[in-house]
Amino acid sequence: MDFSLTPEQIAAQKMVHDFVMKEVYPTIGEWDRKQQMNPDILPRMAELGILGINIPVKYGGQGFDYITLGLVCEELERVDTTLRVIMSVHAGLNSLSLLQWGTEEQKQRFLVPQAQGEKYAGFGLTEPGVGSDVANMRATAKKQGDVYILNGEKMWISLATKAHHFLVIAKTDPEARPASKGMTAFIVTSDMKGVTTGDIHGKLGVRAGSTGWVNMENVEVPVSHRLGEEGEGFYIAMGALDNGRYTVGAGAVGLIRACLEESIKYSKERQTFGVPIADHQLIKQKIAYMQQWYDAAKLLVLKAGWMKNQGIRNTRETSMAKWYATDMSVKAALEAVQLHGAYGFSDEYPVERYLRNSKGAVIYEGTSEIHQLMQADFALGYRENKPLRCELPAYDPDTWLEEPQTA
Amino acid sequence: MHVVVVTKSTPDTAAKVTVDGSGNVTWKEAMVINPWDEYSVTEAVLLKEAHNIKTTVLTVGEEAHNEAVKQGLAIGCDQGIRVWDSTLANADSLQYSRAVAAAVQKLGDVDLVIFGKEQADTGTDQHVYQVGRKLGWNVIGSVFKIQEIDFAGKTIKVVRLVEQGKQVVAGKLPAVISVVKDINEPKYPSFMGIRKASKAEIPVWDGAALGVDFGLPGVKVSAYQNPPERAGKVQMIDGDSADEKARKLVEKLFEDKVL
Ligand SMILES: Cc1cc2nc3c(=O)[nH]c(=O)nc-3n(C[C@H](O)[C@H](O)[C@H](O)COP(=O)(O)OP(=O)(O)OC[C@H]3O[C@@H](n4cnc5c(N)ncnc54)[C@H](O)[C@@H]3O)c2cc1C
Repeated sequence: MDFSLTPEQIAAQKMVHDFVMKEVYPTIGEWDRKQQMNPDILPRMAELGILGINIPVKYGGQGFDYITLGLVCEELERVDTTLRVIMSVHAGLNSLSLLQWGTEEQKQRFLVPQAQGEKYAGFGLTEPGVGSDVANMRATAKKQGDVYILNGEKMWISLATKAHHFLVIAKTDPEARPASKGMTAFIVTSDMKGVTTGDIHGKLGVRAGSTGWVNMENVEVPVSHRLGEEGEGFYIAMGALDNGRYTVGAGAVGLIRACLEESIKYSKERQTFGVPIADHQLIKQKIAYMQQWYDAAKLLVLKAGWMKNQGIRNTRETSMAKWYATDMSVKAALEAVQLHGAYGFSDEYPVERYLRNSKGAVIYEGTSEIHQLMQADFALGYRENKPLRCELPAYDPDTWLEEPQTA
Repeated sequence: MHVVVVTKSTPDTAAKVTVDGSGNVTWKEAMVINPWDEYSVTEAVLLKEAHNIKTTVLTVGEEAHNEAVKQGLAIGCDQGIRVWDSTLANADSLQYSRAVAAAVQKLGDVDLVIFGKEQADTGTDQHVYQVGRKLGWNVIGSVFKIQEIDFAGKTIKVVRLVEQGKQVVAGKLPAVISVVKDINEPKYPSFMGIRKASKAEIPVWDGAALGVDFGLPGVKVSAYQNPPERAGKVQMIDGDSADEKARKLVEKLFEDKVL
């Protein structure tokens, strides 16, 4: 067993750390207050290569491994959850699904510009009426000649008004039983006729990000935009979540670290009863717990990342990492606010933003309740991983670093 | 056409540096590239992008200084070199400059040597001028902007930041310059650069390879001391407006006879 990170992983993490600390940290509070996304963020992440960090070089990415993807997410969410959300949908849910299921032609057409950061990508599964219970979705796709006609509304979609490509799940066979067998995945582009989008305001958290709706009215989607086969949409969505959840868990590790770092700093500055509050045992206990949550969550995330590198199916381990890390990030944020006293209750300090942001991650990409059901079902033997037609490729440095073939 | 940046690893400026009873200086945090050299390395890479020249990042010191060289490679320099042999342990700036000048001479085709304004750990910059003297080249310190550089015609024109304002200086190449903070927006390493740097073998040139005797240190550091603990207290001045706060502050300063 080897717990060490490679110099490349450490340097990539440090680069992202330096970027967010210098360019995002100083002003993120203001964007959060304005409920607007800083317009420089996506172009900068694209330019620096962050959006394609772990996509093979031949598909326009940077060729790093799945562990580096996790470390990058930790650094992004150390500063603000909205930056990590970008990675969850653009890289985790969308780009990695293209890598896993896409034809060579689809990879060239959609994955390459996404990895290069020329196009931004989102994921449309949830609807106004269904979230956890996705098999009950309403959106439909009817085949007519060489196009599918898509109708339906997708809701709570991250980057709704920013993304150019959406991986959308809709029903090609609404009568199928079980219902999950009637779902199909499509690459819908925001410029297709009949696609409209908008942002939701008044959210508790991730206020410096875009979350909204994507409406589809008689959208003609060419057959060449279908990802996988008809009826594979549910499996593609679940596979996507194995990767999205990994980034959410890794980000939550960063959020716990943010709480810990801000709490350590404040507890040494703030004095009560003649000593820094860090010297009170009940404050020490909060610091100790935050450290424990950070260490345990990070180990779970790194293990899931290692399994991805090895090409081992990791649905259960990723779910555990996501469930634990996000639940603990809520607790860490609550403790951090408490430790800051009245100042924690004000947006003069960042911890209230951490608390508001932490709450989203125990809802999206499987609520904490859904993860508990999954864990119990795996333990009870009610659920097991079935092989997929296309598995997520293991990390192989040689193929990941192959140069693109110039035609 | 070849530009050399000279760098070293220093403790992070955020590192907590302490001196123990026997005068040993220690800190926990990892070493970083001398913060001033983020600008010199970036300037070299910008020159490379604009003029298609070769860039070398050079250091003098133990293996720990490879970190700074690798950072230079990750940001975009073409090759790294480390000069070291045991006679350079506890080197003073003159020995250091002999080593830099010898390496630049060995490289042969160098037009420009760029330094950051100073070395952040020792807070010194005399090595910049000493290297220029050893090479017999012009030295231009505190460069704020390279206005024109003509590698073929061997000329350079720069804006210097001086106490009274700005000064435009033209000179000949080859030259040695030191650059100040505002010269550019330091580049981050690129992911491709990080990978290249982590695989790079950095050759070590010693005195024998360079055909020079680095000599012995003429200046020795005899002791380090922690700065005295600060005794002052902080008092926050409250007020409804900036004007009111300023007025209260001035009153307080009069009261305490500071003004
Ligand atoms: C900020 C944000 C960003 C999002 N981004 C995206 C995105 O990019 N793409 C996308 O497709 N979706 C996105 N979502 C939607 C998210 O995935 C859903 O909100 C989530 O799946 C939960 O669905 P729901 O909100 O409909 O809750 P419901 O499914 O209606 O659940 C309501 C409550 O019931 C509980 N519950 C449900 N079923 C059970 C059960 N069987 N047993 C016990 N308890 C149960 C849930 O845990 C929850 O507490 C986002 C959501 C948020 C808040």
